[in-house]
Amino acid sequence: MIVAGCDIGSLTAKAVIMNEDGIVSQAVMRAGARPEESAQKIMETALEMAGLKMQALAYVMGTGYGRRQISFVQDVVSEIVCHGQAMHWLNPSIRMVIDVGGQDAKAIRVDEKGGVLQYVYNDKCASGTGRFLEVMAEALEVALENLGPLALESQDPISISNQCAVFAETEVVSLLNGGKAKPDIAGGLVRALAHRIAALAKSIGLETPIAMSGGVAKNQGVYAALEKVLGVQFNRPEGDPQINGALGAALLARAKLQRLNAEKG
Amino acid sequence: MNVAGCDVGSLTAKAVILADRKIVSCSIQRATSRPEDSARNVMEEALAGASLSFKDINYTVATGYGRERIPFINDAVSEISCHGRGAQWLIPGVQMIIDIGGQDCKAIKLDRDGRVVKFATNDKCAAGTGRFLEVMAKLLGISLDDLGTLSSKARAPLDLAAACTIWAQTEVIHHLNNGMGLEDIAAGINQAMAKRVAMIVNGLGLERNVCITGGVAKNEGVVAYLEKLLGVKLKRPPKVDPQAIGALGAAILAHERMGGPQ
Repeated sequence: MIVAGCDIGSLTAKAVIMNEDGIVSQAVMRAGARPEESAQKIMETALEMAGLKMQALAYVMGTGYGRRQISFVQDVVSEIVCHGQAMHWLNPSIRMVIDVGGQDAKAIRVDEKGGVLQYVYNDKCASGTGRFLEVMAEALEVALENLGPLALESQDPISISNQCAVFAETEVVSLLNGGKAKPDIAGGLVRALAHRIAALAKSIGLETPIAMSGGVAKNQGVYAALEKVLGVQFNRPEGDPQINGALGAALLARAKLQRLNAEKG
Repeated sequence: MNVAGCDVGSLTAKAVILADRKIVSCSIQRATSRPEDSARNVMEEALAGASLSFKDINYTVATGYGRERIPFINDAVSEISCHGRGAQWLIPGVQMIIDIGGQDCKAIKLDRDGRVVKFATNDKCAAGTGRFLEVMAKLLGISLDDLGTLSSKARAPLDLAAACTIWAQTEVIHHLNNGMGLEDIAAGINQAMAKRVAMIVNGLGLERNVCITGGVAKNEGVVAYLEKLLGVKLKRPPKVDPQAIGALGAAILAHERMGGPQ
């Protein structure tokens, strides 16, 4: 039995292929302007890695912002549900998932089966999302993946007074012009992001054990800042945190197929 | 008797000089990173415009974000109070000021004497401030003036879904790539801007006699949409640049401090 989950976000497309035993292959790429094309491309990439063809997939579940535009799925489900399922599979003790992607941030409380109890999200304001870090990395003239390590070097993070990404960008430029050290600015920036995410999590009640998913979960600076701001240790499941939406979709596809097969008898 | 008002904002510095209660000079400059330098530069320009020098000024009131750091002044007053005083002097009976600057937006309610009753402000989010327009004009590769005038030629204004400046940029790029005309995009940007400002104004409670000040008052597209959304005609201050109302109010206060006739 081979199934797949396909997560079409606004910035990246993700696909996970699973069988009875676990993950067969997984892929992440930058999404194009057309969700249907991104979906096709990422699925083909994951299939190729597994040495499979599209026909081999018995059930495909779509998720993410572009899920309605995917042509080859049997069903779609919200990414909130997927994140709960994926985290439960990775570590069933997790009770809160913080998902920070390129264009939004979510805090999700889950039960002992990974089911969603309550959630809250921000997709209205870029500050508090991965985009904030992208804009700031550009202003600091460092690669996005270097922003986290740079922040960890800081002994004395600078307090960033502007919340708005547009205003904060100007603040960063003037801090640089004022001769401030890049690590201290980076340290201040990840702390600013952490404060925004923490506010989101606290609004539905902080729970532990807690874990993070989404692209921003690759940023060790944000992890450290969030742990400090929230006063909790994060559980760090193995694997790429960016594929959790697609992983959850694949798990749901597998469960659905098993149910359908059982009904058929 | 000569008096001066000096308004040092985060992006621009303004100075107005009054001689016996008449505006004799008005100057607006881009602010530097040091408020004291910005103040001196803009005052020198305004003084030169009136063929005066610092020693000819009897009293100077400063306002704006950098007001506490200006050495040559006699007093410092909040910009909200100065705006109220300036607007009421130019438009007697004005009940409300909508001031949209480069980094903030304010709605101010006034009593009959131009005193501030209450106000609402946004300086936290770039949307609804002049900064939003600056970012968008840069993205479109046009001037701020063009952004204002292009609106009137729009046939089907873009309806921007995002309020956030960052997300709106992505949206505009998407529509540019799809071949949408600049006029329709510009109109959509001005409309989005007006919507944010209207939210602040309606939050405070709209009045009937309203004037619009600040740099964005020069953008006819935004003003037209705002008038449509609010259902009132917005008065633009006569005699002086809408960006200089704060400095004018400061100068009027300086005049009154000297015991000059009202």
